[in-house]
Amino acid sequence: MMTIMISHLLLQHYWWIIVSLLGSLLVFLMFVQGGQSLIFTLPGNDLQKTLIVNAMGRKWEFTFTTLVTFGGAFFASFPLFYSTSFGGAYWVWIAILFSFTIQAIAYEFRSKPGNVFGKTTFDIFLFLNGSLGPFLIGTAVATFFTGAMFSLNMEHQVKWATPWYGLEALSNIRNLALGFAVLFLARINGLLYIINTIDDESLNKRSVKRLVFNSIPFLVFFLFFVVSLLISKGFDADPQTGIISAEKYKYLHNFLQMPVVLIIFLGGVLSVLYGIGVTIFKGSFKGIWFTGTGTVLTVFSLFLIAGFNGTSFYPSLYEPQSSLTIINASSSLFTLKTMMYVSFIIPFIIVYIWYAWKAINNTKITEDEMKSDGHKY
Amino acid sequence: MIENVDMTLVDWSRAQFALTAIYHWLFVPLTLGLSFILAIMETIYVKTGKEEWKLITRFWMTLFGINFAIGIATGIILEFEFGTNWSNYSWFVGDIFGAPLAIEGILAFFLESTFVAVMFFGWNKVSRKFHLVSTWLVAIGASLSALWILVANAWMQNPVGMTFNPETARNEMVNFWAILFNQVAVDKFLHTISSGFLLASMFVLGISSWFLIRKREEFLAKRSILIAGIFGLLSSLMVAYTGDESARNVSKVQPVKFAAMEALYEGKSNAGLTAFGVLKNTDKKLGEKTVKEFAFKIQIPGLLSVLTGGDKDAYVPGLADHISGNAQKGIMSVPEKMQRGGFAKTILKAYQRARMLNETEQIKNINGVFPGKEFQENYFRYFGYSSINKPEDVIPSVSASFYSFHLMVILGFLFILIFVMAIYLLFKGTIADNKWFLWIALLSIPLPYLAGELGWILTEVGRQPWIIQNLMTVPNAVSHISSASVITTFILFAVLFTVLLISEISIMVKQIKTGPKHQED
Repeated sequence: MMTIMISHLLLQHYWWIIVSLLGSLLVFLMFVQGGQSLIFTLPGNDLQKTLIVNAMGRKWEFTFTTLVTFGGAFFASFPLFYSTSFGGAYWVWIAILFSFTIQAIAYEFRSKPGNVFGKTTFDIFLFLNGSLGPFLIGTAVATFFTGAMFSLNMEHQVKWATPWYGLEALSNIRNLALGFAVLFLARINGLLYIINTIDDESLNKRSVKRLVFNSIPFLVFFLFFVVSLLISKGFDADPQTGIISAEKYKYLHNFLQMPVVLIIFLGGVLSVLYGIGVTIFKGSFKGIWFTGTGTVLTVFSLFLIAGFNGTSFYPSLYEPQSSLTIINASSSLFTLKTMMYVSFIIPFIIVYIWYAWKAINNTKITEDEMKSDGHKY
Repeated sequence: MIENVDMTLVDWSRAQFALTAIYHWLFVPLTLGLSFILAIMETIYVKTGKEEWKLITRFWMTLFGINFAIGIATGIILEFEFGTNWSNYSWFVGDIFGAPLAIEGILAFFLESTFVAVMFFGWNKVSRKFHLVSTWLVAIGASLSALWILVANAWMQNPVGMTFNPETARNEMVNFWAILFNQVAVDKFLHTISSGFLLASMFVLGISSWFLIRKREEFLAKRSILIAGIFGLLSSLMVAYTGDESARNVSKVQPVKFAAMEALYEGKSNAGLTAFGVLKNTDKKLGEKTVKEFAFKIQIPGLLSVLTGGDKDAYVPGLADHISGNAQKGIMSVPEKMQRGGFAKTILKAYQRARMLNETEQIKNINGVFPGKEFQENYFRYFGYSSINKPEDVIPSVSASFYSFHLMVILGFLFILIFVMAIYLLFKGTIADNKWFLWIALLSIPLPYLAGELGWILTEVGRQPWIIQNLMTVPNAVSHISSASVITTFILFAVLFTVLLISEISIMVKQIKTGPKHQED
């Protein structure tokens, strides 16, 4: 019996790691959204705009797929989060969905003949998804730390305590701070990806300039969120009884009690800063690799302190005992084990993505390169 | 489960999901089928080295690209609507239902999205063989994606491989292979993907016919008709075969749905198969529901008994048998099932009460009852009946089930005929001269779309009032949100999907009119 308990606990941690990894990859891949949010202000002419759209358009499906898989993995491993958050914070998730739906078709439709709504309509769709997508996802993820207004009954059915169904998250300054931090981080990664992928000197210079302007607000919002996180209370679940109680400096404690996670976090932040710095001060084209890696590490560590060490990863401010932990929200042992076997294929997937990515990105995007491909957005 | 349900909320949630599913299914089958047609065409190009085949492949690939993204866009909404609109369902069966969705993402979506980029942008960047492999992987990825979502849907029609856990108040997976190889899932997958292949073949055949009518792009049109004709014929035969298998399965696992789709009120031996008919209301009642009868029908005597039971004397139960029971034929009545489901619910409530009051002995006793075979098979399997108010409420719309099924079957046979004609005329060398056939092929493009939607209407409307057969009704599954929110999002999605559809059709038509040569310029 004891072995089964431990196994289930291990799998709950394993699946939180997988979900965290998918979440952090999603935030990195939102460089696509970051690039989209710049299409009206960054390019100096139509060609540059087309170059940006094509650079991002070749990668949008990765972001989209990661978002879908993130949702699917959450559903399979922590179905109580899926039913609680999606079924309660209705408007936040619908807004996110809406913004991603208009993105999916915008690339393919924008410049095709017969487009009855005109190119600008679809460019606006790209801009809206680019701006709202990262901001809303950041705001929604912030509620992992700041909590939400829900309660669960004996049958685990959710009741939302406000008529705003999730939109009330926008009234919390810490949620907004993370939302804006994710947005500006996506823009930074978008700019670095443009610098890395597009061969256009003038666009490169403009991108470096924008990088400075986007890095400052990113640092302000990110620091505000991190500092407020470290000094705020969190919700701790008693490992024996499962009873939830507030704990001062919970997330600071999590970092200190899990030094490896702290190292990952600090390493991630430094890597993000190095990527930005090396691009601005040394004119490097490779900043995206550092900032991208740093993004994954930082977000990954934030997910870990949200769910590990007996922390409630989705606290209820309305009725704390309804708060979700990786233990009470998870799937059964059998399901987690089955899914674990499936997850063993992930390294193979990463290898083929890497191979295909390299094959497509082996030449920089230019006007001629776009023409030679035949499939131009 | 839920004592007071806002039916406005239920109806609008249902409408929103139906809207999304209907739009989604306008785009997905073309992706499923056209991806394989592209792969076949590109294989010929790589094998023969003839540039004309590359031109043909790239033309259809452009149309594929226009359609592909919109299928993804509507698909993501469907996945998340399980959470946003059906949150009680998501918890009650999330332990089982979430797994196929996650596997779909991990195994299928990444395969598709990675190699579709190579397919579109890799013509001049990777070798011919690598590109060809990528195109095949996109096709396989699309079908794999269909597999997992259909496994999930099949489980809702025929829940297997799970047990109810009173502690968590949900069903939990105990046998993954039973879920994956659920006979309903196998039939549903084969039937659905082959219907996608058929639809894409009709699409290619119809557009190629238009080129021939206009005396344009003859080289592309004839070669495309050759591929689409053969692929379409094989697919339509597969659709017919798997459709028959599916119907047999429905008669076993969803007998009420089966009786509704045959409009069979009274059970009988030597039951005839209705090829088509027109229903009319009668004065008779089954509970409070009006009984319908045929105003007109074309029937093949005895065939329904043969198809479902193996010989013409086999008894095919009607709706009345299912509602009132038929002890002689071993059919339990709905009131009996309601009683048994009610008992299961009472036990669950007693368990929850004991947990609340921390009555250890009582918890232990009830915990011993739940996993027991007798309780699971004789009581818990009817759990959903505890939410049924009147026995006749388990009957789905007979008209919707009957007409959707029979129209779909008629269309299925028409498709076989069209593909046979296409191949015959092509090999005879007279296809370009037979304008009447070219017009039929062109005008038939919307028909497989119609057949596909009818199939889903039968599947989902015919399953009512269940969201999970016998275990959970639709009203019990809905999220507790305001109906005003759902009405608003319904309108938003309706407008958005319509805008997307208009865009797609307009761009597609323009692209077809432009023809293949422009693609190469």
